[in-house]
Amino acid sequence: MKSLKEFLAAHARNTIVSYSTQAKAVREYRLPFSVVEETALDLNLLPARYLRNGESLSRADQLCLFRSRVAVIGCGGLGGYIVEILARAGIGHLTVVDPDVFDDHNMNRQLLSETATLGMSKVEAAAHRVKRINPAVTVTPAKIAFTKEKSAQLLRNARVAVDALDSIGTRLELADVCREKGIPLVHGSIGGWYGQVTTQFPGENTLQKMYRHSSGDRGVEEKLGNLSFTASLVAGIQAAEVIKIILNQGNTLRGRMLFIDLLDLEFVNLAL
Amino acid sequence: MGVFMKVTVKLFASLCSGRFAVGVFDGGAALTVRDILKSLNISEGEVSIIFINGRHEDVSAAVRDGDTLALFPPVGGG
Repeated sequence: MKSLKEFLAAHARNTIVSYSTQAKAVREYRLPFSVVEETALDLNLLPARYLRNGESLSRADQLCLFRSRVAVIGCGGLGGYIVEILARAGIGHLTVVDPDVFDDHNMNRQLLSETATLGMSKVEAAAHRVKRINPAVTVTPAKIAFTKEKSAQLLRNARVAVDALDSIGTRLELADVCREKGIPLVHGSIGGWYGQVTTQFPGENTLQKMYRHSSGDRGVEEKLGNLSFTASLVAGIQAAEVIKIILNQGNTLRGRMLFIDLLDLEFVNLAL
Repeated sequence: MGVFMKVTVKLFASLCSGRFAVGVFDGGAALTVRDILKSLNISEGEVSIIFINGRHEDVSAAVRDGDTLALFPPVGGG
């Protein structure tokens, strides 16, 4: 029997490996999909699912993304989209954290909420969804609330953490822990037609600066609610920040905040 | 008698509802952000981020003639 490497090389066409070839290798070699994917990328063979990433993400980039872990804290309006985008982009390891189950009122915006997932744990739904999108991605679900005490477990090996929470107090706690642990944090929050995104690097206290006048745990969302287009837009920007941090490409929102007003369509960049 | 001064105030997101998006605040001398918030009937908890001429500032910061003050509410939903 050929080795896995020989099998993949033999079945590749113009250095592209199809999903069916990967699935066949998983069956014949009794290996996890993740091993088959990493072996292919390591041989500079591109899984066909990434073809349309074009020249924007090179094969070396895909391998780098595949070997990275991202911790998505909060799996609701923002987190659901972020998990979806990162799995499609080929982030190899996702830790997803949320204590809640889906309820009717999530369905206006939360990607992973469907009539069929009502009552289901949000992180469990995320794991199922990722498996259907990209079985090479390993999801570590944690059906618990983020706390400083649990942070060592929840942020273990995370290259980047994503703040997709819904309370200002917990966001600040996450930001403190990330600063201490040296983990870059991509913050996003929404309320009505408005949203904001920033990226805090180790040693910085961007979120503390941003929320220093906030007295309560909630912002404008308490009255304005949360809308699907605001959630998906902010989640998309957060996901792009994550990819840039991992690949060390482009410019991030480090030291500045992007404030988005979708009602008057204004994007304001603020130096913090 | 204090010096009469004008400050441009930009209210972002929900802060402008029932008020204005961009307005000119006329006042006396020795104003702080806090004074302007009071006169606009905005509580300090409603404002998360304060910028004066593009600089991140505090509620106690002084506002001078010709300054532009931008106020953003806290946004915390996910």
